[in-house]
Amino acid sequence: MLTELFPNIKYDDLVEAVYETFYMTIISIIGTCIIGLLLGLLLYLTTKDGIWQNKYINFIVAAFVNIFRAIPFIILILLLFPFTNFLIGTIRGPNAALPALIIGSAPFYGRLVEIALKEVDKGVVEAAKAMGAKTRTIIFRVLIPESMPALVSGLTVTSIALIGYTAMAGAIGAGGLGSYAYYFGFQRRDFDVVFLCTIIIVIIVFIFQFIGDFITNKLDKR
Amino acid sequence: MISIEGLRKVFKLNNNDITAVDDLTLTIPEGEIFGVIGYSGAGKSTFVRLLNRLEEPSSGRIVIDNQEITALNSKQLRLARQGIGMIFQHFNLLWSRTVEANIAFPLEIAGVPKEERARRVQELIDLVGLSGREKAYPSQLSGGQKQRVGIARALANNPKVLLCDEATSALDPETTNAILNLLVDINQKLGLTIILITHEMHVIRKICNQVAVMEQGRIVEQGNVLDVFTHPVQSVTKKFVQQIMGTNEEEDDITNLIDNYKDGTLLKLQFIGEATNQTLISEIAKRFDIHLNILQGKITQTQAGGYGTLFVQVMGEQEEIDRAVSFIQEQTSVEVEVIRDVN
Repeated sequence: MLTELFPNIKYDDLVEAVYETFYMTIISIIGTCIIGLLLGLLLYLTTKDGIWQNKYINFIVAAFVNIFRAIPFIILILLLFPFTNFLIGTIRGPNAALPALIIGSAPFYGRLVEIALKEVDKGVVEAAKAMGAKTRTIIFRVLIPESMPALVSGLTVTSIALIGYTAMAGAIGAGGLGSYAYYFGFQRRDFDVVFLCTIIIVIIVFIFQFIGDFITNKLDKR
Repeated sequence: MISIEGLRKVFKLNNNDITAVDDLTLTIPEGEIFGVIGYSGAGKSTFVRLLNRLEEPSSGRIVIDNQEITALNSKQLRLARQGIGMIFQHFNLLWSRTVEANIAFPLEIAGVPKEERARRVQELIDLVGLSGREKAYPSQLSGGQKQRVGIARALANNPKVLLCDEATSALDPETTNAILNLLVDINQKLGLTIILITHEMHVIRKICNQVAVMEQGRIVEQGNVLDVFTHPVQSVTKKFVQQIMGTNEEEDDITNLIDNYKDGTLLKLQFIGEATNQTLISEIAKRFDIHLNILQGKITQTQAGGYGTLFVQVMGEQEEIDRAVSFIQEQTSVEVEVIRDVN
């Protein structure tokens, strides 16, 4: 039945494309999570009346975040071609998409992290200070655990944006479902390929959202 | 134990200097339950936060347990803070941790080994009466239970001093009493010095030995709770005393009493401290050939004994009444005042 509905699909290629999409998404989620947390923490800690209050660092980080959030993703990939080439040694394939994916979404996640940390009750941070906690303890034992549900739901939102980005990157040669839909579907006028790729991407998005919601609910003891 | 000299805190707000705590000097002896009372904005909360330098003092000196807090660098201050417990109006528990993990937190900060931690946490849970709730999350607890966790957490590292910042202000009266009893209990068991900030006079009445009244960043009146209760000097203090004694009505009441009870002598008996423990009324009734009628009164208990007034109508021979009055004056510590003699 599947061959009747989607006559032009080559299943080996499809499996390969799904694998590449997952690969790009998951590696870039990990990178985004780490860099986004760093950016968000820096924004939160260096803000006025923050623990590391510092106008200049705050300004620089905020400027970096705002600039990279402002650049449309498709242009960002093109701008980063020299950087990617230097880092990965090629501008084609899933690996070549990673720098752009991470640099494109980490600032976005950084802002979400900042918002999540701001939601942590100031009194709890103060209580930890009154107990004689080091800043490191406050970050890892208070701020991050107390904002965990918001951090996870923020990461869920970011992951879904990332899945969209991988498809966009695919269209200019990164591989994955976007690439497959564009080169083997759209350009050959085999629209059944485009259609199936769309369905698979939607399913992936649903799975990510479901997992994200599940973890968020599990973590939230409020 | 705690000595404070010339403590001052000035906040800068849009080029306006706001003096929250103004040249405050105070000594608090070891093992004391010291109350600081004042209306909101009096600077009492800032004062208590200056003691562990959650707010940096603008000037002045704080010495706690022979350690000059104001001279410590940030690392020394962190260590000193581990010896100063603090509880808060809104409890400030970590919602992501269970009761036992919340209590274990200050122990983790102090680097206490794991087995030792578990043992100490259990001890504290028993002390504050939360046995059976170890695995509960703060969201599953009532306000009083949350404050018990707060107290256990504050006591975890065996502090010498406990700072209470409006610790009962978010609780209902009954829970407030339970928490206050727990604080007195801890004060007696552990010999802990407690500094308690509040705007409720009955909290002071119930557990404090010494009280300081704050207004506009200054201590305007200070002393033994009973002295402050019986002889309030400042108008703020008088207002606070009225919160629980309702002294304002007394003036009207006396005229009412004089009008309503035409016979006999009317006496005002003032009980201060231990006087309330004496069996005064029955003693005069037995010793002298007079009849006593209690008209009105209010006696309230403080940490240093009871305090209050009683209005009585005395019937009998004038001579016998005079003897009874002089007996009260000379033989007991009750203050007596004749409001109206038999005509």
